[in-house]
Amino acid sequence: MLMTVNQATATRVDQNAVVEARQLGLTFQTNDGPVRALSDVNLTINKGEFVSFIGPSGCGKTTFLRVIADLEQPTEGKISINGMSPEQAREARAYGYVFQAAALFPWRTIESNVGLPLEIIGLPKAEQQERIKRTLDLVNLSGFEKKYPWQLSGGMQQRASIARALAFDADLLLMDEPFGALDEIVRDHLNEQLLRLWRQTNKTICFVTHSIPEAVYLSTRIVVMSPRPGRVTDVIESTLPKERPLDIRESPEFLAIAARVRDGLRAGHSYED
Amino acid sequence: MDRVRDRVVPVITILAVIVVAWYAFAVFMNAPFQRDLDRRAGETPTTMEFIGKTLSQPKPTMPAPHQVAQNFFENTFLRKVTSARSLVYHSWVTLSSTLLGFTFGTALGILIAVGIVHVIALDRSLMPWIIASQTIPILAVAPMIIVVLAAIGITGLIPKALISTYLSFFPVAVGMVKGLRSPDLMHLDLMHTYNASASQTFWKLRVPASVPFLFASMKVAVAASLVGAIVGELPTGAVAGIGAKLLAGSYYSQTIDMWAALVAGSVVAAMLVVLVGIVGKIVERSMGGRPA
Ligand SMILES: Nc1ncnc2c1ncn2[C@@H]1O[C@H](COP(=O)(O)OP(=O)(O)OP(=O)(O)O)[C@@H](O)[C@H]1O
Ligand SMILES: [Mg+2]
Repeated sequence: MLMTVNQATATRVDQNAVVEARQLGLTFQTNDGPVRALSDVNLTINKGEFVSFIGPSGCGKTTFLRVIADLEQPTEGKISINGMSPEQAREARAYGYVFQAAALFPWRTIESNVGLPLEIIGLPKAEQQERIKRTLDLVNLSGFEKKYPWQLSGGMQQRASIARALAFDADLLLMDEPFGALDEIVRDHLNEQLLRLWRQTNKTICFVTHSIPEAVYLSTRIVVMSPRPGRVTDVIESTLPKERPLDIRESPEFLAIAARVRDGLRAGHSYED
Repeated sequence: MDRVRDRVVPVITILAVIVVAWYAFAVFMNAPFQRDLDRRAGETPTTMEFIGKTLSQPKPTMPAPHQVAQNFFENTFLRKVTSARSLVYHSWVTLSSTLLGFTFGTALGILIAVGIVHVIALDRSLMPWIIASQTIPILAVAPMIIVVLAAIGITGLIPKALISTYLSFFPVAVGMVKGLRSPDLMHLDLMHTYNASASQTFWKLRVPASVPFLFASMKVAVAASLVGAIVGELPTGAVAGIGAKLLAGSYYSQTIDMWAALVAGSVVAAMLVVLVGIVGKIVERSMGGRPA
């Protein structure tokens, strides 16, 4: 018994590490030749962190999340999730994924969309109901249970898709520009809610965004990437407190971090030119 | 109201054009025979009289619309439905084998599609055969099927239904392959992240996504089934059914009967297609479809 526990811990470099990437690289073979989407990515994401990925379009942010989610296979290097391979982690249902689009099933009501992953993992009906209600409450969608996706605005649909990922209740949440298509006000509101949720649940969140303020506002760490091939050019630790009211975005500390991110992005660009 | 008028006016206009053209054509087609008759009888009718006669021959080359309409009306509404002269009776005979064949065909089409979508080997091997099967002219195959089945003692409804099946499984198979493959990549990825099993992905994603495709292909299939049933009645020497009616009409030059049977066939086809459409609408509505 003790042996197996030791072995299990031995394979893991860091007990706290949720995602560990070592010299990770991915090359897509396309008709116009190989495309290097990721190259030499070294990154450790610890439990309870909120990590944002920011970088110009095509720098491999989505690809990295998809590698974690076992939706793409790396061609170089290693990656482990909770000490397991991405495939094992997926089979253990270790993460929830929020896609850039809401990706709701049009033939399901909001509540049954949120309940979809719960049906799949085979939860008892009563617990399904309870989780659906709780997560819809969390994203302010109570009262819309019986509506179909087309009856909701884009922002509401995106919130429903977040509720769906939350209902799944994995400790790791992968979010690919979940608020990209939303207006500023709704986005602010969802940012606040997401932050509150993260504080309450101590989940680990990987969050892709194009917005510097969003990245700085949400994250404990910001990973700046640059394209062709997709690399990590800078990792910025946030010095902001865990408790963050929206107006923290006017504080000098916030602006200083934002400036660093912007410099990092610019450096990545000038490397190209 | 305006929308109704916008829809009805064009339809009525086209219909009027067709009817007028039909009358002109009927006069043209029947005139030689009428002239012959008149010459033998030594009559010299005025133009109006002559036209009137061409439109009221008992066995015209081309019956006039009102002759067909009258025959259709009498044989549909004025006869007992059990009478061998009733078009309702003949339609019912054809309809029953249509429906049986359509049910088989739809089931077979769905089965084939599920196989093609899930088994790579079937995708490669089956599709060419299915397409080849439809290039064989049904008029050539139908008598063979009927004769072969009759030889082993199967007659009546089943052989006709099998021809309907033969014609109707194809659109359903093709439509369902497309439908079962229609889910977004993102939806498939989503199911993958949940580690959903193949059967869960099938029932929760592929099947619901394929429903619109199913009904679209069923509309085509049901019309093809009816054609199959009618074609199936031709070589059997069947005594009942729209096909039998057409055949009998052609033996005895009962052109008006033939046309009336043709109209009955079209009416049945239209009703079937509309019915499938309505069921499709209801199902899609119950699946949260956006009202158009
Ligand atoms: N399936 C694929 N096949 C081939 N190339 C791909 C594939 N997916 C992504 N790529 C390429 O990999 C690179 C990285 O793509 P990725 O989607 O990860 O970028 P991104 O950082 O998410 O961009 P964006 O901010 O626009 O979403 C791009 O050059 C893209 O063209
Ligand atoms: Mg992306």
